[in-house]
Amino acid sequence: MWRDVVFWACAVLAVGAAVAVFRVDSMARATFALLASFIATAVTVLLLDLAYLGVLVVLMMVMEMVVMAVFMVMYMMNPAGLMPMTMVHNQRGALAIATGVFLLLATGVLVTPWPESAAPRPADPARQLGEALMGDRMPTMIVLGLALFATMVSTVVLATDRGRYDRFGDRLDRDHPHDPTSGGLGR
Amino acid sequence: MTLQGFLLLASALFAVGLYGALSQQSVVMVMMGLELVVNAVIVGAAAFWWHTSPERPDGQVLVLLAVTAMAVEMAVGFAVTTAIFRSRDVDMTDRAADLRG
Amino acid sequence: MVETWWGGLLLPPVLVAFAVAGAAFDSVLTARAAGAPARPLRSVVGLLAQRRRRTAAADALLWRGGAIALVVAAVLASAATPLGHHVVGDLSVGVVWFNAMEVVAWAAVWLVGWGSNSAFPLVSGYRFVAQGLAYELPHMFALITAALGAGSLRVGDVVAAQRDVWFVVWMPVAFLVYLVSVPAMAFFRPFDQAAGADAGGGVLAELSGVDRLVFIAGRWLLLVSGAAMAVPLFLGGGSGPLLPGWAWSVVKTAAVLALLVWAGRRFPTIRVDRFQEVAWLVLLPATLVQALFVSLVVVAR
Repeated sequence: MWRDVVFWACAVLAVGAAVAVFRVDSMARATFALLASFIATAVTVLLLDLAYLGVLVVLMMVMEMVVMAVFMVMYMMNPAGLMPMTMVHNQRGALAIATGVFLLLATGVLVTPWPESAAPRPADPARQLGEALMGDRMPTMIVLGLALFATMVSTVVLATDRGRYDRFGDRLDRDHPHDPTSGGLGR
Repeated sequence: MTLQGFLLLASALFAVGLYGALSQQSVVMVMMGLELVVNAVIVGAAAFWWHTSPERPDGQVLVLLAVTAMAVEMAVGFAVTTAIFRSRDVDMTDRAADLRG
Repeated sequence: MVETWWGGLLLPPVLVAFAVAGAAFDSVLTARAAGAPARPLRSVVGLLAQRRRRTAAADALLWRGGAIALVVAAVLASAATPLGHHVVGDLSVGVVWFNAMEVVAWAAVWLVGWGSNSAFPLVSGYRFVAQGLAYELPHMFALITAALGAGSLRVGDVVAAQRDVWFVVWMPVAFLVYLVSVPAMAFFRPFDQAAGADAGGGVLAELSGVDRLVFIAGRWLLLVSGAAMAVPLFLGGGSGPLLPGWAWSVVKTAAVLALLVWAGRRFPTIRVDRFQEVAWLVLLPATLVQALFVSLVVVAR
């Protein structure tokens, strides 16, 4: 019973915060509205006994949204929302498509006779996940690791404007890199 | 706590995210919409795991995949935005509609 | 581990008592003058009575929200920390829970820096976010190493695994990195760039009255939570001769807290650019090697 109450409260909060993301003027508020939406959905995941995944979503999303806030403020005109303005295109079309998609999905959800499993639930879902990732789902984990590594390399290459020639000179013969900020090791 | 309830939540999050991704002009706001869409995937996968196949780990693995996809999406999105912004001072999708570097 | 509902009521006062004791010790170290231990309490009263200062076009919601989030997260971080054999909730993922609550400090500091609509707090908020990953990653690996040694993310299991040998004995690197990263995550000296005097008080610059009290209290509570978690993770929890378990937990937590406060007084604020590279190139590989060593031991056992 209390689970139902918590679930519906979190569901309303999650959707409300998600709508607020595109309604508020201040970019900082938009980012933290998104964080509120993520935390509310993480609570619904916790209700399903997925303690590890729920807490993991909270941990990751807090860090991600703080980083997001930095970029939001960096790239948006009027980040603090002190001069209200809209930056949207084809809003009516987007609204119609989104509403249509929601109605379609909701109809499908309500009319489909969903199966309900009678199988016993694992005592510790985190152990089930860990054994799967380190066992027969190992390829998934390997691909995830490779994808993350590729992301790190490619994003740094894309985002930086200083290469090794800037740091170590045209002949790459400097002993110490020439960086705009000093400090750290060996300098 | 029914499967329908969770899937309705997922549909609503998906629709809101889709609206954001379609209507917003700033690249960063588009990414927020996409994050909401992936968030819907997390809710849906977790609910399907609990209600239809708790004896198999696939639902949980899908949640983990979605969380990773979110992190990758955000990192690459910001890197591309930074690169575009640096080369031509653009952060709007309408002005980055070509494929030239 | 015994879970009790009244433990949840008891947790905040216990944390506050530790925080006040830590602040009093800090005050003694600073002033070495008569009456110094009472100074934190006097400033509490002073801040409660002080009238709030306002700034132009401040984002009050985010400003206040950040400070409140810091306090709430700092208390919740200790929800899985046992005091002897008593714990508010021995979560199956207690170690991850602790870390998730600590990370809320990032958001809180940035929000407080942003909310006041003032230059120095904003700069300091960004400073902390920029440092965040350099603090968080070694911290995370130090936590994971302890969980790895016990084969469980449950704090009760981590304590139980130290019945024979404390983890600090065979995970010294993880323990040291943990001790370094706890004040860093709580932006406490010597990692107090976010509230540094060089930026006019940093995120604290525009905070006054109750807001300032809430934020500073949150920072102390976060430091106490970190110090308290070191006990079950590395120092054997409530185990020890003669005294009951809860007393040993209190003694060990007080010792760790005193060490952190003393070190904060002993060392000057570390410059951002000095620490960043050290964290990435020294602390992170060191914790990885430590985790590898521990996992080899666990596999061989």
